[in-house]
Amino acid sequence: MSNETTATTTRRGQAPRGERIADWADGRLGIYSLAKSNMRKIFPDHWSFMLGEVALYSFIIIILTGVYLTLFFHPSMAEVTYHGSYVPMHGIRMTQAFESTLNISFDVRGGLLIRQIHHWAALVFLAAMMVHMMRVFFTGAFRKPREVNWLFGFLLFVLGMFTGFTGYSLPDDLLSGTGVRFIEGVILAMPLVGSYLQMFIFGGEFPGHDIIPRFFTVHVLLLPGIMLGLLVAHLILVFYHKHTQFPGAGKTNNNVVGMPLLPVYMAKAGGFFFLVFGVISVIAAVASINPVWAIGPYRPDQVSTGAQPDWYMGFAEGLVRVMPGWEWNFWGHTINFGVLIPILVFPLVLVAIAVYPFIESWVRGDKREHHILDRPRNVPTRTGFGVAWLVAYFVMLIGGGNDLWATHFHLSINSITWFVRIAFFVGPVLAFIATKRICLGLQRRDKDKVLHGRESGIIKRLPHGEFIEVHEPLNQEQLHVLTQHEQPEPLELGPEVDENGVRRKLKRTQKLRAKLSKGYYGEDNVIPKPTVEEYKEITSGHGHH
Amino acid sequence: MKKLSARRRHPLAALVVLLFALAVTGGLYAAFAPADKAQADDTAQSLAIKEGKKLFAVGCASCHGTGGQGTSDGPSLVGVGAAAVDFQVGTGRMPAQQPGAQVPRKRNIYNNAQIDQLAAYVASLGPGPSVPDKAQYSADGADIGKGGELFRTNCAQCHNFTGKGGALTNGKFAPTLEGVDPKHIYEAMQTGPQNMPSFGDGTLSPQNKKDIVAYLGAVNGDKTASPGGMELGGLGPVTEGLFGYIFGLGACVAVAIWVAARTTKAKKS
Ligand code: HEC
Ligand code: HEC
Ligand code: HEM
Repeated sequence: MSNETTATTTRRGQAPRGERIADWADGRLGIYSLAKSNMRKIFPDHWSFMLGEVALYSFIIIILTGVYLTLFFHPSMAEVTYHGSYVPMHGIRMTQAFESTLNISFDVRGGLLIRQIHHWAALVFLAAMMVHMMRVFFTGAFRKPREVNWLFGFLLFVLGMFTGFTGYSLPDDLLSGTGVRFIEGVILAMPLVGSYLQMFIFGGEFPGHDIIPRFFTVHVLLLPGIMLGLLVAHLILVFYHKHTQFPGAGKTNNNVVGMPLLPVYMAKAGGFFFLVFGVISVIAAVASINPVWAIGPYRPDQVSTGAQPDWYMGFAEGLVRVMPGWEWNFWGHTINFGVLIPILVFPLVLVAIAVYPFIESWVRGDKREHHILDRPRNVPTRTGFGVAWLVAYFVMLIGGGNDLWATHFHLSINSITWFVRIAFFVGPVLAFIATKRICLGLQRRDKDKVLHGRESGIIKRLPHGEFIEVHEPLNQEQLHVLTQHEQPEPLELGPEVDENGVRRKLKRTQKLRAKLSKGYYGEDNVIPKPTVEEYKEITSGHGHH
Repeated sequence: MKKLSARRRHPLAALVVLLFALAVTGGLYAAFAPADKAQADDTAQSLAIKEGKKLFAVGCASCHGTGGQGTSDGPSLVGVGAAAVDFQVGTGRMPAQQPGAQVPRKRNIYNNAQIDQLAAYVASLGPGPSVPDKAQYSADGADIGKGGELFRTNCAQCHNFTGKGGALTNGKFAPTLEGVDPKHIYEAMQTGPQNMPSFGDGTLSPQNKKDIVAYLGAVNGDKTASPGGMELGGLGPVTEGLFGYIFGLGACVAVAIWVAARTTKAKKS
């Protein structure tokens, strides 16, 4: 409906009420033209494209439940004596922050469930982001024009880690307090500025009275605010770039095949929101998380074994746990490498994955737009790097839980620590090589399938007694999927000497780039696609079995 | 006189003196110590010691020596007290079996009367902590809150917040305290088995110990409620993270696959 038609209907008689309200709003907000161009946006359908949605919905759930929690939580480190309804804590001195968390758990209606939904949703949120990030990585969805959106996403992941960490610290229980103590150690380990920074952040000696209120502001206002902004920007960019799609018949770099945003995609997305909410609520209803009443209030003179952070920080915990406790003492100063090196490696590992898209596009010299996703096997080097990164990451997670692996698998914690130290360096290399081999194997199989068809499982006996398996040729669509990818030539440096016979001066970066490029497209790193001639030759009839 | 001073240099002189000294101290000890005991001694007690000695000779002497003096396979039991035996045998740790990082808890092979006899025998070797009586470790008159605080200060660094256990170096571990008899908890504090330090009455008063036992009963007993739902082992964020990944994200992905499959593709067929 456009404005003119509305005008004519009003002359004859009143338009329906809803329409009039919509019209009134549209006259002032211009929603219609905005909606018209966007409502029919197309979204391709694939379950892995919904991982970002899982992250989005768990974020919304976190915000909703978090608002409820702020109504009852007191971010104060003033000491009180507990007399509430949890008997084993009676008479214990604790901070108001801890007391109010106990109250939320035992005395606020629905408090415990909301707390658990909030915390479970946070774990799922970070996990969903991580898996979403891996989906984007392995399919090459980060390529132009989506590099900036990749960075927005990466920032969301990192900020999510810190939002989670500050939130986890708020109840001021013995577990999270140990984590805050860990952070204090990290700050103190920074050469020169450490002790000043520590005083500044904690407002005095540890633990002081400031850190919980400060974390509270950071956790409920600062970080979520930034994340909300980034998230909106992220979604706008997804919208603006349009979603990528997997290769398939009729899908090109210049179109998007899928469902229109309205009504189909919206209906699905809305339904999916409630399903995610349902899953998280069920988990929160049946499984305990962070039972602060069993953990007890924080006191700097106490500590428990099995003190780990939430999983998304476990990687940092692992780095510190497996790092030998080296330190240097000179002129009354100590440099604590046991902590300093881990806190340098920690951002390095994260940044490695964040900058990968830029490195790849530089090496490949590829400045074109890409809207068709890669099948991971067709880019063995990238896939290998991604798996290597994951191996390094998860090896460190094992290191972070070394004590629990030790007790539950009857191993020595010392052996696990050594295993992790070695595996952190060796594991990614092995993973890289193995993944590349597997990718090439899969490429070979694809080629086989294209040329000889799919194994049908039917065994046929030929007149002369030979048994053969009947292969079914693939249909057109399947053939397209297996052969649509590009296989560019590796970058060439050109002749050593120029046309005048003078040795050309090559910059070191150029040589490096050529070398890396071979890593992507060199002979050993691609299985050449079947050519049209090969295909015709084999499928032409003779010699076909 | 001359003869004697000449003999002083004899190679065996030292041995003679030593034997003499031993005889004297032994005689003195025999004269005083058992005399003390004899007063408290009733026939039942000495019978128990006698029976215990027999049991000990069969089950324990191979490692701890015939008089409990210790061998290369097991430490001396002189002065460990009845509480140590009651704990070690009652939890099935003793008699130890194959060597390993730590002697584990296992099924107890002695009945209560035999354990008492063994304990009586080992207690007769030298004074040590005796088996606590029920009033000492029952929850009556205990302050659970205080017990929790004491537990977090003294025990949680090895046994975890609520006694779910934890790792020590080189395969040694502080075991879970779930389902451990209150008496054995008390005795463990008294005697400090293996890699656990002992908490004598000077470190943790009998009332403190009682509070700790009561706290463990409240947070790690069979009747302990878990207000938040499944405990997931009570081990903290590692199991929570695993659970969140497998069941939280796992279920969301399963749902996503289901939703994505429900489209035109279904209509097409
Ligand atoms: C296979 C050898 C072996 C046998 C058999 C054995 N023990 Fe032991 N026992 C040990 C070892 C080794 C230790 C020391 C454990 C440690 O501290 O690591 C020990 C420790 C003990 C302790 C604790 C000592 C302390 O310092 O608290 C007691 C009590 C004890 N044993 C009693 C017994 C009794 C009673 C028996 C017989 C039922 C027995 N043991 C049989 C090897 C043995
Ligand atoms: C240095 C670490 C450490 C500390 C601190 C410690 N324990 Fe232990 N605990 C151990 C170890 C190791 C064992 C296993 C000993 C064995 O198997 O003989 C143990 C065993 C026990 C047992 C026996 C469990 C069973 O399975 O039979 C109990 C009960 C116990 N501890 C209670 C306590 C209490 C209560 C405290 C605090 C007052 C405490 N522990 C402090 C290390 C520790
Ligand atoms: C707050 C956390 C996040 C939310 C709510 C979120 C949400 C979404 C949504 C709904 C989509 C479209 C659907 C999809 O492709 O899954 C998307 C796409 C995308 N996201 Fe995220 N995301 C988050 C974090 C991340 C992270 C950590 C990264 C990587 C570092 C990332 C990179 C991308 C990219 C590159 C796209 C475009 C994918 C394509 O078009 O194929 N996002 N995001």
